[in-house]
Amino acid sequence: MTKNKRDWNEIGKAPTGIPGLDDITYGGLPAGRPTLVSGGPGSGKTLLGVSFLVEGAQRFNEPGVLLSFEENADELAQDVRSLGYDLHKLCEEKKLLVDYIHVDRSEIEETGEYDLEGLFVRLEHAINEIGAKRVMLDTIETLFGGLKDTGILRAELRRLFRWLRDRKMTTVVTAERGENQFTRQGLEEYISDAVISLDHRVHEQISTRRIRVVKYRGSTHGTNEYPFLINRDGITVLPVTSLLLEHDASSERVSTGLPALDDMLAGRGYYRASTILMSGSAGTGKTTLSAHFVDAACARGEKCMYFLFEESPQQMIRNMKSAGIDLKRWVDKGLLTFHADRPNRHGLETHLLEMHHAVEMNDPDVVVVDPITNLMAVGTQTDVRSMLTRVIDFLKTRGVTALFTSLTSSSATLEHTEAMISSLMDTWVLVAFDTVEAQRTRHLFVLKSRGMPHSDTVVPFKITSQGFTLLPVPARSVRSKSRGPQTARRPK
Amino acid sequence: MTPAASEQFDLRLYVAGQTPKAARAFANLRKICDEHLAGRYSIEVIDLVRNPALGRGDQILALPTLVRRLPTPIKKIIGDLSNTERVLVGLDLRPRRASA
Repeated sequence: MTKNKRDWNEIGKAPTGIPGLDDITYGGLPAGRPTLVSGGPGSGKTLLGVSFLVEGAQRFNEPGVLLSFEENADELAQDVRSLGYDLHKLCEEKKLLVDYIHVDRSEIEETGEYDLEGLFVRLEHAINEIGAKRVMLDTIETLFGGLKDTGILRAELRRLFRWLRDRKMTTVVTAERGENQFTRQGLEEYISDAVISLDHRVHEQISTRRIRVVKYRGSTHGTNEYPFLINRDGITVLPVTSLLLEHDASSERVSTGLPALDDMLAGRGYYRASTILMSGSAGTGKTTLSAHFVDAACARGEKCMYFLFEESPQQMIRNMKSAGIDLKRWVDKGLLTFHADRPNRHGLETHLLEMHHAVEMNDPDVVVVDPITNLMAVGTQTDVRSMLTRVIDFLKTRGVTALFTSLTSSSATLEHTEAMISSLMDTWVLVAFDTVEAQRTRHLFVLKSRGMPHSDTVVPFKITSQGFTLLPVPARSVRSKSRGPQTARRPK
Repeated sequence: MTPAASEQFDLRLYVAGQTPKAARAFANLRKICDEHLAGRYSIEVIDLVRNPALGRGDQILALPTLVRRLPTPIKKIIGDLSNTERVLVGLDLRPRRASA
């Protein structure tokens, strides 16, 4: 860390204000120098650059000039309105200046020696007009389509980047990715301070945006590819939190919502800010058990967020009402917020980022994800694990108690999935069916619970119109106990 | 498309300061106009160093740039205008050859 601190001072960084990007660059883009942002069509280059300018103008008191070669001011304003940016207002306030440069080869005849001094004059004029500290060139390579003499163009671009450096402009230069190089015209040759690459790829029909800091002269930076999201809140790059095991461990306990289950957990329930996995096959009552937990939390006046990936909130409320749990009153009181989404609507990162945003907006005490297994189907195993680690870390740091339900079947692959995430969970409760004498009975079992003595008993229960009822352990159940419920085995 | 022989030519020459390139462009332009547009042209020289805001209106990027404002449509010719043939083509005073 001390090394990073020193680099900060040596280099001088201009924060982008984009959550996550300033973390992986340890503070932002190189101040007073150009940064190349390269990517394919639709990869988010322009949005990243505009965010950098808007955030600079709004939060860091650094006005910006946008020299656009592709879209005019109105089109750009339209593009970024969905991110919550009002370019017109910023322009009126003289915090931003958009100059649209239109070059059409068919309109231009070249008749001898020329230079791009006109571009320099316009840029300088714009910079002086608003006292700009930041500049964005989007996309300057368009000039190669407009002017025939590439020799002049290259020499002038070299001069332009030097000129921007001399004026200490923190500049974002966007460029289309070329074959085997970061830009079509090899701009990376002129901009060697920092190169950021954006990517948009599809895995199993689900697209994920990724960002990588390819190069950052004179500074340490995260070298991995990081997923990022563009939504109504702008751009967010993961990780938005550090991956360190340094959150506080609370010794406070919270009720599971069922006194009998509290009893099984040393009589006092879960730890606050811990993670709970509730797993079982379909129809065992995982959701009902989660609803009990939420109901109890709301009754204590705590805020809860319930992420649904299987049902709509209305359906959930109706179903729980039949089990005697009135969730609607908590929704009406503003204590319970539902967040329902189809798992396959986005990639895993997008889901987790959306959860992230929702949690930051609502600041809940309790979060339920039902079921986490549906999300796990939309990413590869490594992705899932690293994402879950980040989300859990985030929730724990915020002191949120998080409950995840997991749908299992008797097949080995799903147990494997569970084994993958179980290490991230502090408490693991299994619910299962057992068939005894043509009668299906439900069982509940605490597989593990870190930091507390917990019951080892397999407890039968019923779901009635009053919700979960844990039954006394039958003395004769030696046979069924020795065999154990199907899914209540610790996976290898 | 070649403008009629009577049409008035309204030309603007954009430059940045008194550079040799600008002076060359102006001299070349005067010579071409006197030869081909005698009595029916006007030239306005705009120095962007003095009036930087004027560069936006005509979308000026390269310098020097000659803009034919009249007759319409607007034409732009960049460079020091040393290639007379190309200037004449650019001003629509000579038909564009297929190979050009």
